[in-house]
Amino acid sequence: MTVPDTLDPPPVPPTRDAPAPAGRPAPRRRGRRRTWRQALRKDWQLYSLAVAPLLFFLVFRYLPMAGNVIAFRKFSPGGSLFGETWVGLRYIRLFLADPTFWDVFTNTLVLGTLTLLFCFPLPIVLALLLNEVRARRLKRFVQSVSYLPHFLSIVIVAAMVMQLTSMDGTVNQIVRGLGGEAVPFLQRPEWFRTIYVSSEVWQTVGWGTILYLAALTTIDENLYEAARIDGANRWRQTWHVTLPGIRPTMVTLLILNIGTFMAVGFEKILLLYNPLTYPTGDVISTYLYRMGFESSNFSYAAAIGLFEAVIGLTLVLSANAISKRTVGTSLW
Amino acid sequence: MTVEAAETGETRRVARRPKGIRPTRGYRIFQAVNAVILTGVVIVTLYPFVNIVARSLSDEAYIIAGRVNLVPRGFNLTTYKLVMSDALFWTNYRNTVVYTVVATVISIVLTTCYAYVLSKPRLKGRGALVGIAVFTMFFSGGLIPNYVLITSLGMKNTIWAVVVPNAINVFNLLVMKAFFESLPEELEEAAAVDGLNTYGTLLRIVLPLSKAIIATMVLFYAVSFWNSWFTAFLYLDQQEMFPVTVYLRNLIAGATGAQSAGGVAESDAVQAAATLQAVTIVLTTLPILAVYPFIQRYFVSGVMLGAVKG
Repeated sequence: MTVPDTLDPPPVPPTRDAPAPAGRPAPRRRGRRRTWRQALRKDWQLYSLAVAPLLFFLVFRYLPMAGNVIAFRKFSPGGSLFGETWVGLRYIRLFLADPTFWDVFTNTLVLGTLTLLFCFPLPIVLALLLNEVRARRLKRFVQSVSYLPHFLSIVIVAAMVMQLTSMDGTVNQIVRGLGGEAVPFLQRPEWFRTIYVSSEVWQTVGWGTILYLAALTTIDENLYEAARIDGANRWRQTWHVTLPGIRPTMVTLLILNIGTFMAVGFEKILLLYNPLTYPTGDVISTYLYRMGFESSNFSYAAAIGLFEAVIGLTLVLSANAISKRTVGTSLW
Repeated sequence: MTVEAAETGETRRVARRPKGIRPTRGYRIFQAVNAVILTGVVIVTLYPFVNIVARSLSDEAYIIAGRVNLVPRGFNLTTYKLVMSDALFWTNYRNTVVYTVVATVISIVLTTCYAYVLSKPRLKGRGALVGIAVFTMFFSGGLIPNYVLITSLGMKNTIWAVVVPNAINVFNLLVMKAFFESLPEELEEAAAVDGLNTYGTLLRIVLPLSKAIIATMVLFYAVSFWNSWFTAFLYLDQQEMFPVTVYLRNLIAGATGAQSAGGVAESDAVQAAATLQAVTIVLTTLPILAVYPFIQRYFVSGVMLGAVKG
């Protein structure tokens, strides 16, 4: 394929023994030259299958994107989807001058960074540890258990967090056991980040190992053989063979993680925070939510949302570009 | 490579250490440490579940005293009876089932159709069709425009607000596309020669061969709809329409509200809510926990299908 088959599925660990992905026969090139009229005549049935999904994307994905113009127009509830009158950059200026906005912006960056710092490398570590387990049953058991939290509703996770950290919860029993005073963790802003990040780790680490374990199986056994003959011990084998082997997967997942950086756990924060923990817990998306639905300031909230989405998009694009330059792996 | 092998990351790795070479001392120490770490992971992961079950079966007084950890104290089923006699709980539970089924059906149909179209490399405009879907992974309209849209479409307070707007998950779409691409092209060509049109080929040749991926997708979608709460929370106003996740969220939100109002000294109402919450959590999680051992392997293989075949 000369045309880079751009937007293929993201998690693509390279497989040496898989059939070459570019193995589609060459004559296909001829097909590309067909005019739309010919293509439609020949494949109209195929195209017809795409109609309903395309409508879905158009209405529920792209129309809201266009609906972002209400960030530049005054919107009144019940009014037009695209607002009533132009107000230009008024709402943008408004949030740039809004001190709360900068607080939540900082919180977003801090929580996003912490999440990335813990939730990205830990699955790799766990996958490497699992990979060293010889006993098959044990390995399977650990895997099954560690995937489990992934299947829980965020509401249940939040509820569990609340129970564990409540005054009579296990955490406080330990604190008391160590001779300390019970702490109302969920009402203390200084604890919010710890609670958020650790519950995030609890829920995502196990499931995060899956793709790495898949990538690990594709590493050529001969490479280990060769490394051993060269006198590499276990640690050096891991460093020089295993890690480079899963690097494409790591990069791909890192880019994807960076893409969700700005949208840090909106739902979970909404469930876990309260006015007492706003100083550390309130992030852009939750602030936006309150502005929109509690203060009915739709245009202002839309402006914040647009800002957030643009930063998110910029982050993905730059991460992708950087990784393409430096390590040669990219999403597209 | 078989999915089975990928699932455990086993394959040829077993043979890595030839018999006869004794592991070094350092490596044996590492194995021991590793076992300890992994045991720790298992304990930490399972503890919250055990704790919640213990709480749900305990007497309120023991919970308040902070004495319930692994085993229930003052065993009783009063709260279970209480929750299970709540008509709203069951209505919401039924809603969850209905929403999950309807949403999953819609999602599967749309995702399958689109993934099938995308899997045809000869198709003109295919790149654009892929791009349209993938772009939405990185940029979205955002909460407010979506809300305005759903409201103006008149979908608020209807089941459609819950089951339609998230019908296609692009990640699932790409996994399915990869699966369809891996099917031998000759089969479909043969079907075409035998006079089947595209619809016929899809229904009678491709789908029967795709049971594995469709089952995986059903699981993926069903679990995500079963677990979702925010769309329902945002778009539904009547209690009778809530899914059980929103029931639970209202239960815990009520408690935190009282907590933050009362400050450190927790009120009686909050305390009474402790077992109530635990029971609701257990009842809401139960279906997932019950089917988890059976569906887990399919999930895993589903992710593999997308990941390994690319």
